[in-house]
Amino acid sequence: MVASIGSYTVRQVRGLGDFALFISRSLGAVFATRRLAGRVARAIYEQGFRCLPVILIVGMFTGLVLGLQGYYVLNRFGSAGLLGTLVSLSLVREMAPVLAALMLVGQAGSALAAELGIQRNSEQIAALDTMGVSSCGYLVTPRLLAALFVFPAQTALFVAVGLWGGSLSGSLLLGVDPGIYWSSVQRAVESEDVRECLLKAVTFGILTISICAYSGFHAHRIRRATGARAVSAATTKAVVVSSIAVLAADYVITSFLV
Amino acid sequence: MSSPAAMNGVLLEVEGLRKSFGDRPVLCGVGFAVRRGSVFSVLGPSGAGKSVLLKCLANIEQPDEGRIAFEGRTLDFADREMRESFRRRCSFLFQGNALFDSLTALQNVALPLEQTTRLSRTEVRQRAMEALEQLELHEHADRYPGMLSGGMQKRLALARAIVTQPEMVFFDEPTAGLDPLRRNAVFAMIAKYQLVFGFTALIVTHDVVEALAASSTVGLLYRGEICFCGTPDEFACSEHPLVQSFRDSPGALRSTLETLRRGGRLPEEEA
Repeated sequence: MVASIGSYTVRQVRGLGDFALFISRSLGAVFATRRLAGRVARAIYEQGFRCLPVILIVGMFTGLVLGLQGYYVLNRFGSAGLLGTLVSLSLVREMAPVLAALMLVGQAGSALAAELGIQRNSEQIAALDTMGVSSCGYLVTPRLLAALFVFPAQTALFVAVGLWGGSLSGSLLLGVDPGIYWSSVQRAVESEDVRECLLKAVTFGILTISICAYSGFHAHRIRRATGARAVSAATTKAVVVSSIAVLAADYVITSFLV
Repeated sequence: MSSPAAMNGVLLEVEGLRKSFGDRPVLCGVGFAVRRGSVFSVLGPSGAGKSVLLKCLANIEQPDEGRIAFEGRTLDFADREMRESFRRRCSFLFQGNALFDSLTALQNVALPLEQTTRLSRTEVRQRAMEALEQLELHEHADRYPGMLSGGMQKRLALARAIVTQPEMVFFDEPTAGLDPLRRNAVFAMIAKYQLVFGFTALIVTHDVVEALAASSTVGLLYRGEICFCGTPDEFACSEHPLVQSFRDSPGALRSTLETLRRGGRLPEEEA
């Protein structure tokens, strides 16, 4: 029992060290990898444009629900005019960075883990190494750089669509004056809120893409699974660990900034 | 100063190579030498450790013990400069080709040049097209690997392996899963391009007939050890029992089948 706990702990600590090395190797390859711009542009397309529909849909429904729930709660206290404040602060401070990151993990992160897992299985990663090409630099670095742009951009879009959804349910369906709604949005959101939102988006981006890339890249190390099962296990692990990491990092950042 | 081995024309030298996975030893002190410009085939049954040997030589796996020398210099893969120099001078052709399916044939061949040299885009394209032309694939430059036949994919992988003009190419089971006609074609292709480009080839395979025809030296790997090393003629007339059983395996199958047809039992069942 004690031995198994010990070996599990050693494995986890070794895994953390390995993960840190993986990130540092990937970031360090920024200066060593050639023709990076094209691959970054492609990664931005994969992470950004392909995830656009899901961000728009989830952002809209989040805003609609926040508008409805917020209106009924605030109306009890005769404060329906503060609906814009509630929707905007909820979105900017918490919901947009977290939900956008979770949506990106579900779509772009899982695809990345599966792609790298298959590349590991079909020896494409080993082929890069034997060619003298840095596999981290070629496959992971462009994705990490893309995440620096895509996550804040998608979060900003989520906020914009969510605010519009809140206005739709609040003003169009429940009769809150649109002018009051938008002026309370304007008054409520301050530059610190936007800074916190963007900081969270960038952190979640680096964290989730690193975890997904690491998981797929090391699909061959999955215990008791090989081939397609290893890729499937690596993808599942990537999504689960990334989602937990987003929520944990959100708590840490919020507790330091609020 | 060159070592005696390098002066004798030996390009790759392996001594006492050992590798285990957990408690299971796979390589138990493998040693051989490959002369510059030759084709060296490592034969052996499945599970003998052939692919592991090749992966140790290409630094995909770390050997537990042993010495690998390239041009007389002992390789230390922890030394970044030495590792990179070795990788520039050697190429690896994988069993499953390891082609990038999201890149076209031209992009696949251009990849090592783009990433490891300072050539301009035009020069990279030109050299990649030349390699494709030499392997008669230039008409398929814009096609993706999935749109090519098995033989074409093999040639594309070879084009990618030779585009950097390596001194040595490692082939991991180049004919695995191919029918006899394609097996012949692949070995003929290796022999042809080895003559054209003059690289040294190390082939790991279990196809005895084709390997004997295409190689200048043959090694037999059995249970993690090289138990025979010599020319194809020496292999063909060797009295070594393992060489005999490996060489005569088609005849052994015929006699086993005849025994079964006569109502006899398999040798394993009798044992």
